Amino acid sequence: MTRDGHEVAVRVRGLRKAFGAKTVLDGIDLEVRRGEFFALLGPSGTGKTTLLRLLAGLERPDAGTVLTAPRVTTVYQEPRLVVARRVLANVTLGLPRPTRGSSRGSSRDRGVRALAEVGLGGRERAWPATLSGGEAQRVALARALVRDPQVLLLDEPFAALDALTRLQAQDLVAELCARHRPAVVLVTHDVDEAVRLADRVAVLDGGAFVVDRAIELPRPRGASSAASDPAALEHRRELLARLGVSPPSGQAVVPSDQVAPPSDQVAPPSDRDDPPSDRADLPADRGVIA
Amino acid sequence: MTAEIASDAGAVTRRPAAEAAGELRPPPWLGQRRRRPAVSLALRLSVPLALLVAWWWAAGSGRIPPDVLTGPGAVLSALRELASTGQLADYVLASARRAALGVLVGCGAGLVLGAAAGLSALGEELIDLTLQMKRAVPFLALVPLFISWFGVGETFKVALIAVAASAPMYAYVYLGVRGVDRKVVEAARGFGLRGARLAVSVVLPSALPSVLMALRISLAVSLTGLIAAEQLGATEGIGYLVTLAQQYYRNDYMVLCILIYALLGLLIDLAIRGVERLATPWRGQVTAR
Repeated sequence: MTRDGHEVAVRVRGLRKAFGAKTVLDGIDLEVRRGEFFALLGPSGTGKTTLLRLLAGLERPDAGTVLTAPRVTTVYQEPRLVVARRVLANVTLGLPRPTRGSSRGSSRDRGVRALAEVGLGGRERAWPATLSGGEAQRVALARALVRDPQVLLLDEPFAALDALTRLQAQDLVAELCARHRPAVVLVTHDVDEAVRLADRVAVLDGGAFVVDRAIELPRPRGASSAASDPAALEHRRELLARLGVSPPSGQAVVPSDQVAPPSDQVAPPSDRDDPPSDRADLPADRGVIA
Repeated sequence: MTAEIASDAGAVTRRPAAEAAGELRPPPWLGQRRRRPAVSLALRLSVPLALLVAWWWAAGSGRIPPDVLTGPGAVLSALRELASTGQLADYVLASARRAALGVLVGCGAGLVLGAAAGLSALGEELIDLTLQMKRAVPFLALVPLFISWFGVGETFKVALIAVAASAPMYAYVYLGVRGVDRKVVEAARGFGLRGARLAVSVVLPSALPSVLMALRISLAVSLTGLIAAEQLGATEGIGYLVTLAQQYYRNDYMVLCILIYALLGLLIDLAIRGVERLATPWRGQVTAR
């Protein structure tokens, strides 16, 4: 650990994970520091989500070590809100309850602040079912941030949003990460999203990183500046090529917000690429908690 | 132009000429039709009222002999007779007291056991097989055994109703807890919720609709338990009234008892609907999304 706030918050060494005969991750090494935004790209089924679940403690490695700072939170592709509880109760889920003598309702205050931070001030008493997709995902973001995470895991959090809402949500995440400075690991199918948000982008293929590249572009990266910057376009072209998508020769790569949004995604957003999600830590015949 | 469209919305057929002209039309309405509440209520009541009228007419015109089914008038006078002596109120109260106590005990046990089996693998391993076996035994088969244990007093009656009410409660709570979205539970575990806290703040609120459904069915089953219990060794209660009607061959009392049971069932259902609305306010906030 260094004193300048750049301590390592994620350290993975020689990580191997297999499901049955299929080796999904084979000898992964990864370090992510506080304040660093790491994006992970890869075709479907390459184990991006598996890596994230290993970091979250939802899977066990077959070999190697996975170390993280103690406070790890996740935002998933779906908001995963408890529909039977109001928005604020969802945000403060599991936070320490106010004890007698301490400042009453401090968890509550933190929840209210987190909701205001994601632009949902005043919606504390709303039911999750009344929120739009973007709003629900912002609640999920507030629920992650209210815990002051040292490691923030983002599992395709924008995939289910419409193109416009997605851009707004990306800006919000960039802003919040710059302010709270967690170590971020973002799993995505969207090359533009990775280039726009990340300090570092890696491509996972065949169980290993085939690209691990720093993205040194000025911030903040607005939707149009990130798309028109020549350096960004170069990153984009290279990453797409590594993902097996190359533009027709002699034709400029068109930024994603000028074409139909899903067209440059490597695969449709879905959680099909995480074989473990069906075999999560809760086999169907076991109890919900134990 | 709507004039060109066949008015039958079920099969929107257009004339070939209109199609060729590229004519536009409003889309056929696929949304749900909403009736005004008053109309809806009238429709709901129409069938029971029609049955009542048919009964009245059939009994009054002598098409149904009185020893098969007495007319509404005779039933009404039986009701008046019972009400004037105060017996009716006494009987209904006695039955309600037994049912309430039995349901409270039975549903309480069913809720706790169902939650335990649904929440934890250990609970499921310990509880489920036993309760599945218990569920396979019709509770009426327990009557002789219970009488030999408890006699024919109040304990026997409450115990029988409790056993009857516990079975659906257990099954539905167990299923409800199992049906809670595992992804949400996984997320909550990621936020550090474990054991009792996870159960109270995530799983049980999500399973509440199932619990209320279970309550509805348990109450309905408890009415069956009530008849069975009150036909033995009772000196008051609706089930006792059924027994009396049978002994003295009073058709008017038989029909009256059936109507009382029907009315009780209806009231219970209405009450549970009210509770549902209060206890699960997040439902019915939005239509299908």
